[in-house]
Amino acid sequence: MNYTPVIGLEVHVELKTKSKMFCGCSADYFGKEPNTHTCPVCLGLPGALPVPNKKAIEWCVMIGLALNCTTPLFSKFDRKNYFYPDLPKGYQISQYDQPLCINGFITLSNGKKIRIRRVHMEEDTGKLTHVGNESLIDFNRSGVPLVEIVTEPDFESSIEVVEYLKKLQQIVRFLGVSNADMEKGDMRLEPNISLKMTNELPKYKVEVKNINSFRFVGKAIEYEIKRQTEILDRGDMPEQETRGWNDEKNITVSQRSKEEAHDYRYFPEPDLPPIRFTEDQISDIRNRIPELPDEKLARFQKEYQLNKSQAVILTETKEIADYFEKTVKPGKVDPIQIANYIINKKIDINKVSSEEVIAQVAGKTSGIIADEGELGKLVKEAIDENPKAVADFKSGKENALQVLIGAVMKKTAGKADAEKARKILTKLLKRGLFPAFKVR
Amino acid sequence: MNNLYELTIKKARDGLKNKSFSSAELIKSCLDRIKAVEPKIHAFVTVCDEAINYAKDENLPLRGIPISIKDNFCTVGLRTTASSNVLKDFIPPYDATVVAKLKAAGAVIIGKTNLDAWAHGSSTETSDFGTTRNPWNIEHLPGGSSGGAAASVAADEIIAAIGSETAGSIRQPADWCGVVGLKPTYGRVSRYGVVAMASSLDSPGPITKTVEDAAIILQILAGKDSLDATTLPNSPQDYLKDLDKKITGLKIGVPDEYFDGVTEQVRARVEDALKLLEKLGAKIIKIKLFKPEYAIAVYTILQRAEVSSNLARYDGIRYGSTRENFGEEAKRRIMLGTYALSAGYWDQYYNKAQKVRTVIVEDFIRAFKEVDIIIAPTNPTTALPLGASKDNPMFGEMADALVEPSSIAGLPGINVPCGFSKEGLPVGFQVIGPQLAETLILNVAHQYQINTDWRKEKPKL
Repeated sequence: MNYTPVIGLEVHVELKTKSKMFCGCSADYFGKEPNTHTCPVCLGLPGALPVPNKKAIEWCVMIGLALNCTTPLFSKFDRKNYFYPDLPKGYQISQYDQPLCINGFITLSNGKKIRIRRVHMEEDTGKLTHVGNESLIDFNRSGVPLVEIVTEPDFESSIEVVEYLKKLQQIVRFLGVSNADMEKGDMRLEPNISLKMTNELPKYKVEVKNINSFRFVGKAIEYEIKRQTEILDRGDMPEQETRGWNDEKNITVSQRSKEEAHDYRYFPEPDLPPIRFTEDQISDIRNRIPELPDEKLARFQKEYQLNKSQAVILTETKEIADYFEKTVKPGKVDPIQIANYIINKKIDINKVSSEEVIAQVAGKTSGIIADEGELGKLVKEAIDENPKAVADFKSGKENALQVLIGAVMKKTAGKADAEKARKILTKLLKRGLFPAFKVR
Repeated sequence: MNNLYELTIKKARDGLKNKSFSSAELIKSCLDRIKAVEPKIHAFVTVCDEAINYAKDENLPLRGIPISIKDNFCTVGLRTTASSNVLKDFIPPYDATVVAKLKAAGAVIIGKTNLDAWAHGSSTETSDFGTTRNPWNIEHLPGGSSGGAAASVAADEIIAAIGSETAGSIRQPADWCGVVGLKPTYGRVSRYGVVAMASSLDSPGPITKTVEDAAIILQILAGKDSLDATTLPNSPQDYLKDLDKKITGLKIGVPDEYFDGVTEQVRARVEDALKLLEKLGAKIIKIKLFKPEYAIAVYTILQRAEVSSNLARYDGIRYGSTRENFGEEAKRRIMLGTYALSAGYWDQYYNKAQKVRTVIVEDFIRAFKEVDIIIAPTNPTTALPLGASKDNPMFGEMADALVEPSSIAGLPGINVPCGFSKEGLPVGFQVIGPQLAETLILNVAHQYQINTDWRKEKPKL
């Protein structure tokens, strides 16, 4: 039988604020020695009280605004009560019925709008590690600010879900509020999947937890569609349940059935006064939103006459977009030629300066010096004339290479083939064939 | 000078300043007194036998003055139990803001006082470390939950004490023990470091021998705390400046509803007090307020709900004691609160209680348009005999009926002793003011106190 998948998504994004959500501890926990970023508040000690992190709340609102949400002027925190060893207070401070942002959307490339139901603020839990028969708790992550973004069940395929996730990741990175690094757990994904035959929403919903990559979320959805199709084809109804993704076996496994579902007993957090915004405060946050990927994409096409695929590549990250614009800015060369050069040569923007790119692109029309012998001579001269840069490079400062390449470019009025010059330089420097290392 | 332990903060401060005695002598006097009367009173869970004064600056307002702290305030390095076996071995790594402020003011903490376990109750009979006795008659209860604090002051084991009130836990035991107890406006004094009971109500405050001492302590404790988001931004008043002001023309509201079910002896003493206040120039005006019993239902639901969440952290994984160590009362409250917050019941209980709470708040606002302050009995009865709370799960709520409405509304209130029953047990009345009217209620209470001699009576121990 043919069913239409009905998929909704909950995404947790960890903010990169300096301090945690409700205390002054550093929120930079990744890879740190366990239980070194803690205090009475994030340990949930008797009597300790939360004080909200203003920046985190502003960033949450900023995310909501970037996702086209409405931001009510009144919002509040609630307690979500449940027991788990990684939850030191026995409740998580979250938001229940009055989140910071509601009713937004993300538009996919096919023009489809994925509606966003809510964007709310909460705190992360500690982390459990199981070693043999022992379980260890690290509270460094406890209280790190988390933003939860919940969509309506608007997706119909894993492809749509993955595109949405990439866009979301790109947006929070452009906003500069999260690194959204999947491997570090900055972004956590929970799709809920069901299948329908008619126009009505299905009577069940399967939630899949513990997914830490875009690839796995696609696989998990595909797996669920197949699994649920088989059940429906048998004439049965899939169970309402929570399942977990097992990335070794590439399957989902049942974790919790409807009967075991939590009653979180939400109630307003009495330790925190409600949040009241003025219109001015909201527009102030709105004004701080930088140009977002979609806007940048449109502008690059219009302003620099790039085609769509060029513009997509050059707006993928804020860094590459800024690099491109910095290279275009002096107005020496045609933006399309720069775009092609950056894209075709797969320029590493952390290694090649925009001056070099300009020189290279300009040089193309007036004869580049690419002869290895000639370049080698120039490189040796540059090495002799810049002992400090050489010493710096030897002591591990990779940037010193730029200085030497710059020197070569200067000698040739920007006409040296920078890539070749780099190769020769690296070879010579690593061999040690330069004066500073001669045996005396 | 003999019996230094009998001194008020004011007198102790003067004596220290004049070098009539040293703080070491004052501390020793209190510790000796504790040693002598504790076997009868049992006001303390922990006594700091080695307590010494570290404060050098002679200008500090409480320099070298011994103070007791209710055992639900975290004290760094000093066991803090909340009178529950669950925390019997808990040594906090930090000081509550109240404790930090007292220490900064030069106070010397010489012990942690008993309370009903987790501050659940009005008798100290739910304490896992034994019941405190009323110094006026050790066969009677001291009240609670700050029963140890009130008894420590009444028995002159200490110069002054710190308690906390959620609904009655300062005023009620102060009343039964015949001492002054001030519950400030909610948010006036920081809750940071106080083992949470009902977070939307908890208010730390002083229990003292005189109203003036209560003002001295409030002066130190009041103010915004960057560690407690619910503290009020308003800058504190000078709580001492108006103490001596005459109360001529002051409009005192007296609600009949607060005299229903009050014993004849209590009623008579409070009416005497009102007559005296009238003589001092105040106008007595009959007012109508919601019957206090409405507050009981609201309070019970909100408080149990918050308790069920606040006690969740004692899940047996940390603090070295499992959940079996919770007493009957705590378990009852956790279950009731959990039930009230459960899906399907939220609207019927918690939400409805919040709505009635708003109505009670508005009722007081309306009343304070007619009058400046409200005076009523603090308790319907004088101290009840030991055992009175047993098998009576609503004991606390009934004993606190007359203080619950103002607690729910977050208003300040103070208990002032106003005589004794025929049996020799203390009677008090409470002065309730509008939000942040601490200066005014202290003024009224002080004017009453300096025109009466009740404070000079001492229990025979």
